[in-house]
Amino acid sequence: MSQAIEAIAIGGSAGALDALTMILPALPQGYALPLMLVLHIPPNKPSYVPEVLGLRCALRVKEAEDKEDLAPGTLYVAPPDYHLLVEKRRQLSLSADEPVLFSRPAIDVLFESAADAYGPALVGVLLAGGNDDGARGLACIKRAGGVTVVQAPHSAAVRIMPDAALAMSSVDYTLTPSELGMFLAKVGERPLGLMEVR
Amino acid sequence: MSSPAQRDLDFDFELKLLLDAIFHKYHYDFRSYAGASLKRRAHVALKRFGFDSISQLQDRVLRDPKLFTDLLGYLTVQVSDMFRDPAYFKALREKVVPYLSTYPSIKVWVAGCATGEEAYSIAIMLAEEGLLDRTLIYATDINPECLRSAEDGVYDVDRFARFSANYLEAGGRASLSDYYSAGYSSAVLDRALKKAILFSDHSLATDSVFAEVELISCRNVLIYFERELQDRAIGVLRGSLCRRGFLGLGAKETLRFSSHVHAFNELLPDERIYQKL
Repeated sequence: MSQAIEAIAIGGSAGALDALTMILPALPQGYALPLMLVLHIPPNKPSYVPEVLGLRCALRVKEAEDKEDLAPGTLYVAPPDYHLLVEKRRQLSLSADEPVLFSRPAIDVLFESAADAYGPALVGVLLAGGNDDGARGLACIKRAGGVTVVQAPHSAAVRIMPDAALAMSSVDYTLTPSELGMFLAKVGERPLGLMEVR
Repeated sequence: MSSPAQRDLDFDFELKLLLDAIFHKYHYDFRSYAGASLKRRAHVALKRFGFDSISQLQDRVLRDPKLFTDLLGYLTVQVSDMFRDPAYFKALREKVVPYLSTYPSIKVWVAGCATGEEAYSIAIMLAEEGLLDRTLIYATDINPECLRSAEDGVYDVDRFARFSANYLEAGGRASLSDYYSAGYSSAVLDRALKKAILFSDHSLATDSVFAEVELISCRNVLIYFERELQDRAIGVLRGSLCRRGFLGLGAKETLRFSSHVHAFNELLPDERIYQKL
């Protein structure tokens, strides 16, 4: 079945920033989709993730703001100490709910809300990391009919997170960072159908 | 057997009906709360209560006020620390207190006080600045259980290490232990602090202005609302502030998307402290 993809949700922890610096440069300015990102970061200091990634790619990269409308070609990064969620009306929400698996932001929280908001129109990407946050969320995306991608464990600096996701649900694609870059570029080029990348 | 997608739609549908039912029966209005986070909490509640569907839960909630009170605990968020975001309290102390001290009597409103940590933090700060004896702090929430526990001012003793670190980082002048008596597993805050705080029930979703105050602290409350409800709530806050009164929001909250933005000056953008024009 061909399905238009409307958004991309990305999660990761230890080692994921390195992967992103390889993946994101493959995406052109004016990329057709919005991207949302949760990285595990310390709660009590400012995050430089948006600045670091903004320098490395052509996307517009910014910290996610509460009730902000999603725009294409933009990467929204969860701020420290808040969960990032997406609403059915294509708006971001922040929450100060309890940490999940000791983390706030938590990948599961973003993925579960994105699966709910976008259903089959979502690509979920789980990168390197040192715990099993994101595995449940990726399974949710899959259940809602979305496309799931995990960073190939052998290419991950820390492989616990990708391994956990692969053990929990059947994942559509297992890709190295450079393959992931090409994959996401392709998804953005052809927002009307994923037939060709499948 | 229905598909996962169908079950999910049913969940949404039933949740909407539950919120309608709660509004009509108990007059709590969650209908314009941001959906994603509310849904997440409803899932947790369903699991804890052991019901198969929201409809089953609704059936019971309508007949059992006690169950409704329990549900309220899941639907509202009660996470808070004393002096959470120390930079915010430091800015209040250094930049806002000098203005407040020019008033003969001071009223402060902590809107969405949950279990009271922030109201006590402000009370301690004002005590150290010599203002508490002419200050009244209104601390409001929609959850009666939270208000009761806030009024007790009793917290797990384990939490005080973090509270103390925050307190010092926020510019505390003494030691936080001057303000509580610790027992074996819990600590109780001073009676003198409690005397300055009036805990009461108020909803930013359904109630209106009840007093004129010089400072409002309303942090990590608006993020749970849809934009329209945020605007209503900000209208209530605006109407409650005296001219040149101060409004403090959560670290990631802003008036930028609000129709009330022009009624305020962004006094301390980093700490999200606004001053009414």
